[in-house]
Amino acid sequence: MKSVSTRRVMALTGNDAVAEAMRQINPDVVAAYPITPQTELMHKFADYVADGDVKTEFVLVESEHSAMSAAVGASAAGSRVVTATSANGLALMWEILYIAASTRCPIVMADVNRALSAPINIHCDHSDSMGARDAGWIHLHSENSQEAYDNMVMAVRIAEDRQVLLPVMVCLDGFILSHTIEPVEILADKTVRDFIGEFRPVRNLLDLDNPITFGPLDFHDYYFEHKIPQIQAMKRAFGVIDGVAGEFEKISGRHYEHVERYSTDDAERIVVALGSTCGTAKAVVDELRAGGEKVGLLKIRTFRPFPYEAVRQALARAKAVAVLDRSHSFGAQSGPVSIETRAALYHHAQVPLKSYIYGLGGRDMSGDQVKQAFEELKSVAASGKSPDELGLLGVRE
Amino acid sequence: MKKMGWKELETESPGGQIKRGGNAQEYETGSWRTFRPIRDEAKCNHCLRCWIYCPDSAIQVKDGKVTGIDLSHCKGCGICAEVCPPKVRAIQMVQEAELKARGK
Repeated sequence: MKSVSTRRVMALTGNDAVAEAMRQINPDVVAAYPITPQTELMHKFADYVADGDVKTEFVLVESEHSAMSAAVGASAAGSRVVTATSANGLALMWEILYIAASTRCPIVMADVNRALSAPINIHCDHSDSMGARDAGWIHLHSENSQEAYDNMVMAVRIAEDRQVLLPVMVCLDGFILSHTIEPVEILADKTVRDFIGEFRPVRNLLDLDNPITFGPLDFHDYYFEHKIPQIQAMKRAFGVIDGVAGEFEKISGRHYEHVERYSTDDAERIVVALGSTCGTAKAVVDELRAGGEKVGLLKIRTFRPFPYEAVRQALARAKAVAVLDRSHSFGAQSGPVSIETRAALYHHAQVPLKSYIYGLGGRDMSGDQVKQAFEELKSVAASGKSPDELGLLGVRE
Repeated sequence: MKKMGWKELETESPGGQIKRGGNAQEYETGSWRTFRPIRDEAKCNHCLRCWIYCPDSAIQVKDGKVTGIDLSHCKGCGICAEVCPPKVRAIQMVQEAELKARGK
């Protein structure tokens, strides 16, 4: 019988840490299909199911499309639902992601970020979650396995909040976080249980006294009006994400915001990034600061809803900004993070910005690449202009 | 009938759901028909295969016997005629236009 009676630090992989969070969340239903690098997460959780450590109805489906379909069905029937996937698995459930969000199912899903095919690549980049950025899910990115664990626990509260009722995707970098071991503090089972509370569904298809029709048809006279409440829910999510983080800090001592400003207050050159790259970038910032350079890192945790105000405030006084995207939006000027960052600054601050793509298909992101970006920002700052050319870090010409 | 704006829909229809079950019954799809099923009462042996397979629940049954077809919902797909046993052939699909010309 696996249990954690008092909080303790364990040596865990990111997959282990998320599985541990799932054990403590003890969802009613998990429907999942394996895909590298999520597989071991589900193996670990399957062990908990087999050993009776959770009460979860574990549905082994035939594809990720079925996984999310089953998740939506279970959620509609009044269940607390958690699942996990990666890359093409996420892509396969694409239509249902939209349905989960628009039917307001508070599903929590770990996306172990992996590159979308083709070519087939099992390693980390953000093309999978970024490809689903319009679907209506809340996206939280994790710098390390501690954040992945913490984000999973907070995600349940965020998703189920009556002001939100949207599905939440917790992103963690495939292999880099999912398969490497770090010290992760696991809270006591009871602490997590009390924090997330009993699941109180807002609707339940199995409630025969209050029958509802779930997922019906709209014509052109109502679809549009049904979409606006989703926009409103995303807006309200900002405050809820902050509120949940505030409560989480009380039980964990760890502080979370939509962004993390690392040495940005007086920084002249700032790099913007998501995920594990932020760990690398922080080390580079420390090194360059020790040499007297005024540099900083803006880490984005909440990608959806995008924290335009926080990003604007953090970058407005910089002399130059580099945005590092671990995915691209083909046909656009830059990757998604850069597109959003530019929007945050538009009309508000004239900060020269250079967009970079890095790390596609798990291409190693080294400190040297971050240094290259900071170095190139010197001439960007001097020119006072945003270069049109997309920067590429770590690729062979 | 005044249509709801999105603000009212937030409470009336969260996530697009309808606060009732079975209201599809109120939406009459019978006008979509091009072919109408005509059942010969004399030939029908009440095996109920048509009732089992009808996707619109349009075959009316009482006490285990077929009593009629709900023409306000029957879309004329012809599945009932198709599944009626070949030795029975109690249902024929007849063109709506032809029936209307005959005043039916």
